[in-house]
Amino acid sequence: MIEATYSSSSALLIAKGIGKRFGGLSALDQVSLSIPSGSIYGLIGPNGAGKTTLFNVLTGIYRADEGTFELDGRSLTHCRSDQICTLGIARTFQNIRLFGNMTAIENVMVGRHVRTHSGILGAILRLPSQRTEEQAMITRAQELLNFVGIGQHANQVARQLPYGDQRRLEIARALATDPKLLALDEPAAGMNDTETATLGRLLQKIKESGVTILLIEHDVKLVMGLCDRVAVLEYGRLIAEGKPANVKNDPRVIAAYLGTEVS
Amino acid sequence: MDIFLQQVINGLVQGSLYALVALGYTMVYGIIELVNFAHGEVVMVGALVGLSVIERMAARGDTGWGVIAIGVLVAIPSCMALGLGIERIAYRPLRKAPRLAPLISAIGVSIALQQLAALIWGRNYLHYPDVLANPQFHIGGAVITQVQLVILGITGILMLGTWVIVQKTALGRAMRASAQNPSVAGLMGVNVDRIIASTFLMGSGLAAVAGVLVGTYYGVGNHTMGFMLGLKAFTAAVLGGIGSLWGAMLGGLLLGVIENLGAGYLSSLTNGAIGSNYSDVLAFLMLIGVLIFRPSGLMGERGSEKV
Amino acid sequence: MKSKVWLGLLSLALIIALPFGTDLILGRSWVRLLDFALLYAMLALGLNIVVGYAGLLDLGYVAFYAVGAYLYAMLASPHLGMHWPLWALLPMGALVAASFGALLGAPTLGLRGDYLAIVTMGFGEIIRIFLRNLNVTNGPAGIDLIDPIQIGGFSFGANHSLLGWDLPGIYSYYFLFIILTALIILISHRLSDSRIGRAWSAIREDEIAAKSSGLNTRHLKLMAFAMGAAFGGVSGVLFAGFQGFISPESFTMGESIMILCMVVLGGMGHISGVIMGAILLAILPEAFRPLSQFQQATFGHVWLDPANLRMLMFAIALIVVMIIRPEGLWPSPVHRRELHANDSEAGSSQKAAL
Ligand SMILES: Nc1ncnc2c1ncn2[C@@H]1O[C@H](COP(=O)(O)OP(=O)(O)OP(=O)(O)O)[C@@H](O)[C@H]1O
Ligand SMILES: [Mg+2]
Repeated sequence: MIEATYSSSSALLIAKGIGKRFGGLSALDQVSLSIPSGSIYGLIGPNGAGKTTLFNVLTGIYRADEGTFELDGRSLTHCRSDQICTLGIARTFQNIRLFGNMTAIENVMVGRHVRTHSGILGAILRLPSQRTEEQAMITRAQELLNFVGIGQHANQVARQLPYGDQRRLEIARALATDPKLLALDEPAAGMNDTETATLGRLLQKIKESGVTILLIEHDVKLVMGLCDRVAVLEYGRLIAEGKPANVKNDPRVIAAYLGTEVS
Repeated sequence: MDIFLQQVINGLVQGSLYALVALGYTMVYGIIELVNFAHGEVVMVGALVGLSVIERMAARGDTGWGVIAIGVLVAIPSCMALGLGIERIAYRPLRKAPRLAPLISAIGVSIALQQLAALIWGRNYLHYPDVLANPQFHIGGAVITQVQLVILGITGILMLGTWVIVQKTALGRAMRASAQNPSVAGLMGVNVDRIIASTFLMGSGLAAVAGVLVGTYYGVGNHTMGFMLGLKAFTAAVLGGIGSLWGAMLGGLLLGVIENLGAGYLSSLTNGAIGSNYSDVLAFLMLIGVLIFRPSGLMGERGSEKV
Repeated sequence: MKSKVWLGLLSLALIIALPFGTDLILGRSWVRLLDFALLYAMLALGLNIVVGYAGLLDLGYVAFYAVGAYLYAMLASPHLGMHWPLWALLPMGALVAASFGALLGAPTLGLRGDYLAIVTMGFGEIIRIFLRNLNVTNGPAGIDLIDPIQIGGFSFGANHSLLGWDLPGIYSYYFLFIILTALIILISHRLSDSRIGRAWSAIREDEIAAKSSGLNTRHLKLMAFAMGAAFGGVSGVLFAGFQGFISPESFTMGESIMILCMVVLGGMGHISGVIMGAILLAILPEAFRPLSQFQQATFGHVWLDPANLRMLMFAIALIVVMIIRPEGLWPSPVHRRELHANDSEAGSSQKAAL
């Protein structure tokens, strides 16, 4: 078993011995990770390796059978999805899950929900505080749409956006929650080379703004070029972890990707 | 007379009827994850069709279990056709629609059947004709009637039969595969539409038997009888763990017994403040309780066979 | 801008003139029907918050109507000898109904929507059992001689006259109901266009994505449920005062279904559609009356009970609308897009494949 060896003082997210089973299938087995603050951390592995399952555990959609994880020293193991989001992990989905019939800007405004406060009474009475907050939400949402590069589509229905823009909208919605950790599940899937390159620059920009990124991606070139560290999953186990250059040459990783047995 | 034993016996009989109806809910839920709100009404139609047949024969002077059997034999295909029709018209077109749509359509079917029945059979309570001698047997201070014994026997046989079909036949395998993962089952050559239809067919057949038995046992039928019966059978299915065959049976029996004991003791325990009028409330409270404390039911989650 | 003002004034004039015109052309009983239509509109708007906004199916909505109505009937009638004023009972009705709503919704919030539907359906029946069997509610006989609604010294039940036009209670109630309906419309509208309303839409669209975006879905669903119930309670209070007599039989499952039908038929989530649905369906029984008169005259017997026929039509409408026009007759722009989502692109697959 490979343990991530990173000084925990600079680690944003620490997961220890995560296990998840579906019936007889062990989708995650003793997975331990430590994601350095301010980095882009890659998570790769063949299909069915358990990458998405790990995301689902870390965002409270599945409950881990074993193990614990914490963000910034606060345990999230038993938190609900919405609490985890409030505490700083936002995500996107491998199969895009937007609020398809709401407009792009409304989608982002929903992401803003957790950082705003006005309630039913404020809405009914249209209190001044509620109106300023609403205005601030709109402004912030538009900023985020501009940031990810789809500002011109603010009032378009999410479902009708082109595929690449939907992926970016999902990122904007996630960013709207002011996350510490942004978890992206194959954001480049289905994108062409130009789009992927633009996405790479976007991720770089997000990192520079101080948000740590956990990135699942099959595009090895993107991962190797972008990530500060990479972890490799296979059959639910962590088989390698480290700097991209080292991981790339790890024989077990090469074997995993070529589909041969590792002795 | 041993009131406790008597209530347990009555409870088991009533509970086995719940179980029979609960099977229909559980099988359909297992396969398309829809609460078939109209299932209670299928039972009601079974009861009323049976009643019409039995009435006709009784008028000619026929008596005995043969009359009931013929009632059942006519009710079964009627309910099966109804079940198939419901699935085809109201559910299948909505299988991929947003969640709310099939639910609304299901409640529509349920009300439509009630009203149709009211137009056909009228709004009054109809009496099942007396065609059975119904001898009684004494066991340890309590009484069990022949009708009760027959209900227990038939229910047991049907439960077992259903289990055999689901577990041991090719159809059952296909059902279980479709329940687990319809798209994969489809890819493997299972005709998912046919399987779903078969599930409705089985559930409706069981509902028909349950309907005639309910009518025979309680002696009355009415266009609204399916509502509470359905609600309770659903409670039984949830109590046992929806999607689980044995859960449906366990839940049904448990609910029946608790309800009867409740009805028997509620008023004496509360000095008559709460009478047996409230036994329906008891079932409802149980439903709420299960949903709060164990939404997966007694036999849900682990070790459950998903139909 | 200017044309908008004119349009507003014109509608206002129409709304004021409506009962007078109805009285002249169709007769008094139709004015009464108008009042009922407004009560139903309020009810339907309440249910619309639950079903249309948050996407939760409530099949026992009439229970909250009953809660409001019985609250008023018990505290403003000779039955218990209490005669509380409307200004106390109206908010109380809203509050008590909302608490019932929250209490009832709570156990099912973490579960699939089907369970909520069943539990609400059960509750709708259970509350009727209580109403029929309790002494404080006077059992099956119900409560009568309920105080007419009174504000200040003005009794809505009494006859008034204006400019020589004789105005019985149904006129006063009409204007009271119009004002309250307008208020409920305003609230519905403001809610839908707010932080909470957006959150409800998000939950309706994709609950998992909503949770992962930080929405406390339990809390939000509970709010929708309580809010809808509150509207039901308010309508109930008004109903009791207006009718002067209530019994458990006013609050059947059939009523719940009819209100649901108003929402679904009119267009879930769309205020104007829902109001149209309510008015249409409230007036429908009147349209059926000639049918039974015709049967009586022709056969000397009513073969097809119009009440059954009407419910049958509602039920069939629910099915047909879901299958061919799920967005209702007059949909909101958003819902039209949504309910046909599966016909067109697969861009945002709602499948559970995570
Ligand atoms: N809800 C579930 N129920 C049963 N099995 C599941 C469930 N979710 C995931 N699995 C199984 O767990 C394993 C890991 O799946 P996961 O989706 O995490 O893989 P992945 O690494 O994200 O693959 P991909 O690159 O294809 O997205 C797979 O075998 C999958 O079938
Ligand atoms: Mg994946």
